[in-house]
Amino acid sequence: MLPQARPLPNPDSRLSSAAKIKLSMATTASVPPEILAKYEAVIGLEVHVQLLTATKAFCGCANQFGAPPNTNVCPVCLGLPGALPVLNEKAVEYATLASLALNCQVRDRSIFARKNYFYPDLPKGYQISQYDKPLAEHGWIEVPTPAGTKRIGITRLHMEEDAGKSLHDGFPDSATRTYVDLNRCGTPLIEIVSEPDIRTPDEAYEYLTRLKEILLFTGVSDCNMEEGSLRCDANVSVRLRGAEKFGTKAEVKNVNSFRFIRAALEYEIERQIEIIESGGRVVQESRLWNANEGRTYSMRSKEQAHDYRYFPEPDLPPLVLTARLKEEVVKLMPELPEARRKRMIAEYEITEQDAQTLTATRSLADQFESAARAAKNPKRVANLVQSELTSRLKARCLELEQSPITMKGIAFAADLAEEGKLSSKQLKQLFDSAFESGEDFPAVYEREKPQQITDPAAIEKMIDEVIAANPKQVEQYRGGKKTVAAFFVGQVMKLSKGQANPALLNELVTKKLDG
Amino acid sequence: MTVETAVSRPLSIAEVRRSIESGSSKASELAAAAYEQIHARDPQIHAYLSLNPERALEQARRIDDLAAKGGPLPPLAGVPVGIKDVLTIEGLPATAGSKILEGYTAPYTATSVRKLEEAGAIILGKINCDEFAMGSSNENSAYGPVHNPHALDRVPGGSSGGSAAAVAAGMAVATLGTDTGGSIRQPASFCGVVGVLPTYGRVSRYGLIAFASSLDRVGPFASNVRDAAITLGVIAGHDPMDATSSPRPVPDYTADLDKGVAGLKLGVPAEYFAEGLDAEVRAAVEKTIEQLRASGAEIKPISLPHTRYAIPTYYVIATAEASANLARFDGVRYGFRAKDANTLSAMYRRSRDLGFGPEVKRRIMLGTYALSAGYYDAYYKKAQQVRRLLTDDFLKAFAEVDAILTPTAPTPAFKLGEKTDDPVSMYLADIYTVTASLAGICGVSVPCGKSGEGLPIGLQILGKHFHEAMTLRVAQAVESLQGEQ
Repeated sequence: MLPQARPLPNPDSRLSSAAKIKLSMATTASVPPEILAKYEAVIGLEVHVQLLTATKAFCGCANQFGAPPNTNVCPVCLGLPGALPVLNEKAVEYATLASLALNCQVRDRSIFARKNYFYPDLPKGYQISQYDKPLAEHGWIEVPTPAGTKRIGITRLHMEEDAGKSLHDGFPDSATRTYVDLNRCGTPLIEIVSEPDIRTPDEAYEYLTRLKEILLFTGVSDCNMEEGSLRCDANVSVRLRGAEKFGTKAEVKNVNSFRFIRAALEYEIERQIEIIESGGRVVQESRLWNANEGRTYSMRSKEQAHDYRYFPEPDLPPLVLTARLKEEVVKLMPELPEARRKRMIAEYEITEQDAQTLTATRSLADQFESAARAAKNPKRVANLVQSELTSRLKARCLELEQSPITMKGIAFAADLAEEGKLSSKQLKQLFDSAFESGEDFPAVYEREKPQQITDPAAIEKMIDEVIAANPKQVEQYRGGKKTVAAFFVGQVMKLSKGQANPALLNELVTKKLDG
Repeated sequence: MTVETAVSRPLSIAEVRRSIESGSSKASELAAAAYEQIHARDPQIHAYLSLNPERALEQARRIDDLAAKGGPLPPLAGVPVGIKDVLTIEGLPATAGSKILEGYTAPYTATSVRKLEEAGAIILGKINCDEFAMGSSNENSAYGPVHNPHALDRVPGGSSGGSAAAVAAGMAVATLGTDTGGSIRQPASFCGVVGVLPTYGRVSRYGLIAFASSLDRVGPFASNVRDAAITLGVIAGHDPMDATSSPRPVPDYTADLDKGVAGLKLGVPAEYFAEGLDAEVRAAVEKTIEQLRASGAEIKPISLPHTRYAIPTYYVIATAEASANLARFDGVRYGFRAKDANTLSAMYRRSRDLGFGPEVKRRIMLGTYALSAGYYDAYYKKAQQVRRLLTDDFLKAFAEVDAILTPTAPTPAFKLGEKTDDPVSMYLADIYTVTASLAGICGVSVPCGKSGEGLPIGLQILGKHFHEAMTLRVAQAVESLQGEQ
């Protein structure tokens, strides 16, 4: 039996949760825009990403979120006396794949190091990480900005292990005690450190979005911020526009949602500008983002004095990446989102926006492409996603992947529309029915089989009726304004309660008006 | 004045095997006899920290059942052994000689111990040692010192002093110890037994409570070279649980034992016969070297020029690694926790202050300092560079010689309390052993004579990486020469 975790005395204030952090002098962040405009922010992001390996980085325990506390543990990840780490090869493969996807140069030989600090959720008293010889360096990703595409540098990508979790709340004796859950200990992480190339909160948001998208496409992580599989810290400083020297930076921690990254950075930038404008100096420190209050708080500056005493991990030999392993990783590399969008735009004649929507995830893009390739008109498939699907999903707070209508179903609908077998009204009704019943489009179509009037005589009769009722429009049409035909089509369709065969209707309207 | 002694030669592995195979003794009887010996002798020696007779007798009965069915018997069937208390055994205490692990029960078994058990050995108990294997006299055990069976007022050496003393007093046929800077070889020398330092990576460290990970080795003690070789053969080999263990196949370490030294080139480094070497030790070692020459070995003077940097280099690297390895003893999950702490930092400070002994604290502080920002380059990094030079010294030497002969320790066993107030003089007890530790090479300490007071003197035989068979072959020759006297 493994020793049970014992409750601990509550950590002192330096180590306690957000609510207990000592408040620093906070600014209200209300700097006039013309003052803000004098300054420029310099931002670098440090992103931690959990890898989706079946087992942990250095032992055989399941790498799994949400298990009962202290159940996915063994002597190695508990740091029991005498236990030794053995590197998970899958974690190396995933980290290498991520490195290559982020355009990094991967070292043939990288070194694990011990990062020493005491904390109850760090069982060995050190974290196995990488220090002066990380797995990969010198990468970049491209982000869209108002001024065009910008390249953000990636300083390094290194492998490390996650720590456990200290639970400060939720127990009857939480006022006096802290509990520790070590399930997360030893979860494989990559840390991706950007160059200080980011200048605005929007760029930071775009960087994170692109980074997440790339990692999702490679499949190395689920990048789920809520479950902590993607975590972001930001180094922020400000300087007068045109200045070369960086200002003193603060590290903003705990920005654990995409929603907050802009707000946290905007707050921090204004805070620093206000300090400088009022003649003060920015203190180099770690600051904790509090999403409820929309502001950052100083963590005690003692944190800064930390000397991690890195040294090479003697329990692990240098990580040597063989040419064979690199080749295998290259084979695993999928088409990355940016390239895929470019190709999809060209191949299916869809818009940039269509491509963006359809590449939200790799599996969605896969589904779209296989459906679109089988469809009569791929562009119509993309159009239906934009016009009919996304608004309905949004209204129900669903992700594209949770849609009752599959890409195949949309392609089915698109083909019917293409053949003129469904009017747009009928199409809309069927989409509504599908969302109500939770069925896919073909099932709903088979059941409801919308009535269609395909008898030319019946349609012609309705056209005559409409022409008779709208002499002014007929005159316009015959005067050369051919677009008025659409008006007649619409009126007849209305008259037919949406049941007229659209192709036939179009043809007959033109014929009648021209005749 | 006569000095009290408690020396007793245990059965050899071959004798154990013969008596079980012939039916003259049962494994359970041998285990019971071993416990009788322990009860008779250990009150004076204090080699064992904990005994597990029920578990041992159950193991012995399994061997007896096997023997009754006509075997085949595994290589160490019924051999009573003791395990240094820095190696873990599932369900048994693992104190590492420290108060901070008082009451801790290990949930898993060290690979080296598991291999012994799979080979039929009977685990008698856990053996006393310096706290976290830090010491050269066994006086740093939180549970009291071990006494040298050859002179009860003297130290058995350290840190594996209990493992050496247990064999010397006939309280085990073989024992496991660990060696980080000399902790097998020096006590073997002090207690007049054979102790083997295997090449780094030869024996798994999984389940060895770490002192200095890049230096720590697990190795056997026995009363004779052959038993040490057999035991080494059992515990050696690749372990998927230890990333630093070697995949090289394990040879039969007994195959070449009796080949003698005729035609071998044996190096004698001048640096190991300089100032500080006790005259009687020098005489015994030089006499043995002459006997080996007479047996047909070619004795070659050699130089290992960086030897004088070995002690400081060792104490930087070993303490640096120790400072991290011992961070896990924080009172959070297991072991000793100070009771009256109200904050986390007070709990850390008080638990570690009360749980660790003075030598361990000294080394944690030294190592923390050596790794600190601004000092890393001057200490840790420099030490790693010197370590490379020391290793190169050996590699150059081994291009010319088959093995290297040195004294194991500069003196015979010193008196209890003699050096406890002088850490540096204590550290110098390892002056001839830390070099091989830093270089990762293998070695053996084998008895080569006695002082005028009857204290054992050891000869250290060093071999190149993974050439344990060569060092054991030379050791066997030295042992045979002793028999002739």
